[in-house]
Amino acid sequence: MIRTEEMLLNVGPQHPSTHGVFRLVVKIDGEIIKEATPVIGYLHRGTEKLAEDLQYTQIIPYTDRLDYLAAMTNNYVLCHAVETMMGIEIPERAEYLRVIVMELGRVASHLVWWGTYLLDIGATSPFLYAFREREMIINMLNELSGARLTFNYMRVGGVKWDAPEGWIEKVRDFIPYMREQLKGYHQLVTGNEIFLNRVKGIGAYTKEDAINFSLSGANLRCTGVKWDLRKNEPYSIYDRFDFDVPIRNDGDAWSRYHCRMEEIVESLKILEQAVEQFPQEGPILARVPKIIKAPKGEAFVRIESPRGEIGCYIASDGKKEPYRLKFRRPSFYNLQILPKLLKGENMANLIAILGAIDIVLGEVDG
Amino acid sequence: MIEELLRSSPGLLNFAIFFLLAVLLLFVVLGFVTFGILSERKVMGFMQMRIGPNQVGGRWGLLQTVADVLKLLIKEDTIPKAADRPLYIIAPVIAFAPSFVVLATMPFTDKLQFADIGVGLLYYIAVSGITTVGVVTAGWASNNKYALLGGMRAAAQMISYEIPLVMSVVGIILLTGSLNLNEIVAAQEDIWFIVLQPVAFIVFMIASVAELNRVPFDLPEAESELVAGYHVEYSGFRWAMFMLSEYVYMFAMAALTTILFLGGWHPLPFLGFIPAAVWFALKFSIVIYFLIWIRVTLPRLRADQLMEFGWKVLLPVALANIFVTALLKEIFSLL
Repeated sequence: MIRTEEMLLNVGPQHPSTHGVFRLVVKIDGEIIKEATPVIGYLHRGTEKLAEDLQYTQIIPYTDRLDYLAAMTNNYVLCHAVETMMGIEIPERAEYLRVIVMELGRVASHLVWWGTYLLDIGATSPFLYAFREREMIINMLNELSGARLTFNYMRVGGVKWDAPEGWIEKVRDFIPYMREQLKGYHQLVTGNEIFLNRVKGIGAYTKEDAINFSLSGANLRCTGVKWDLRKNEPYSIYDRFDFDVPIRNDGDAWSRYHCRMEEIVESLKILEQAVEQFPQEGPILARVPKIIKAPKGEAFVRIESPRGEIGCYIASDGKKEPYRLKFRRPSFYNLQILPKLLKGENMANLIAILGAIDIVLGEVDG
Repeated sequence: MIEELLRSSPGLLNFAIFFLLAVLLLFVVLGFVTFGILSERKVMGFMQMRIGPNQVGGRWGLLQTVADVLKLLIKEDTIPKAADRPLYIIAPVIAFAPSFVVLATMPFTDKLQFADIGVGLLYYIAVSGITTVGVVTAGWASNNKYALLGGMRAAAQMISYEIPLVMSVVGIILLTGSLNLNEIVAAQEDIWFIVLQPVAFIVFMIASVAELNRVPFDLPEAESELVAGYHVEYSGFRWAMFMLSEYVYMFAMAALTTILFLGGWHPLPFLGFIPAAVWFALKFSIVIYFLIWIRVTLPRLRADQLMEFGWKVLLPVALANIFVTALLKEIFSLL
């Protein structure tokens, strides 16, 4: 008789496909996963606790480091929360700048996801193509804020820097270029038989599961729930734009892929309109006190980040630091469904499923 | 000349000549591998909108691979404490040696061949199978879970793709009536076998990519899943042995494809004035380029899909090809 036994395998924290320092302890029988336990916290920096000793403006750079692929939305959610508490009216031009940078960030974030996901599945070229386009976005944001990844761009009451001359035109030129490139992406990857075999029906879950696990973003929309905070609870000036919320019904990795790819198209639509309506003149920062003090009380705001619903809760006792700050970090919540999805799958599917959830470890660990 | 030597009585001089010839071949192959790797990186760079190696050895990075190999030579040679020491040490050798041994029967031109043996094709397939043993040994001896998974995948994959590979060339053997590679090339004087055996060519190409462990069949060393697969614990020149054997196999497989399907050194009509060696190199380079092209374009298959594809698609197609070839041959011979 041959004696067989289950093997305990540590996937991560140093593993090329965990997108950071994520560890997954899997029990495997041959290549079939019997049980998977995610272990997180390797990148925990205690952002929320640190924030209790920082003034509101000082917290903004910390938010950059949560979801470092879409730092602009994180900037926004904090500023938005403080502004809601203080009741500040944001100047028109600042609102447009905010929307433009957030949507650019969304496109960049989805591009990184597309590239790295294909890299996980074994295709090397898409990664380089995606990064070529992302580089253009990063350069534009760099021109605006002086940083390529951790922008620290928004302030309570507006934004820090005005758009330099010719910047809006650059964004305008980028939109048709990106649309053209997207066609190439689809030609290279979307119809590929091997790719279809790898993602179709993989990691599928139902609408009920998605809601029970409090998934959000493309992870929720892939099951057919039409839920996008930009549409359902419009914040900033999103109610002025005409765009769709792409959904799919199968709840598998293939649906998530489609949702994200179409979200890029919708973001480009928003960008196009925002650039068209962009006010020529006006202030970029509202009149706010030198030292920002949120009034006594609490507030919770939520917005749609590329990864899902990002929320910010502030409890203030009227001082210049928050009494308590909490972020609802979408990657963390989206990751919860992973052990359920992995049961009974094989090792190759592990990567395909984990990649399709689209986590950023900075955000998971806080 | 080699024929005469083979039939002469053994002696020191003959031994020395054989040894020198082998060393010569080794350097030719290593030279190819050096520039093969460089060209792969350059072509990949070109397809991925980047430059590729451009620092060592001038603008074209001509000495990049040499520098890489030198670096690997002086790297520390680590052996994990829990590894099975003798097996761990011998595994790269087992994987590497056959890749050179198979080159002995390759007729590069009608004059340039080391051993013209009657069962050249069979010899190639039999010897190349030994590499699998080296890979599995490496996976097992490393005492690493990822390496073990990679080694097991390699064993399963290489065994299941060897069968369609062999079956696909049976059609050619039927048409030629010989296993001798020289005679196979000679039979293609008028028409290449890629025209007579298109189905076999496709099956052979797919199976050979799988044999080479290249994308989309690079599961044994799937970077994103198994980190590096069977050679995850290897470093320095032991690691380089695995890499070299892979590229030497690429060389051998491209040469075999050229010989079996693309007419070997035979020129295209009216272009006979170009030397045979150039023709061979040209066809050979096209095959290599094709392999690189595939690598850049395709994602990776999943292990179970790979098995299914090998047994349920490639093998039946190859068998059907044998049947149809035999049938057509009989019909034409009756006419």
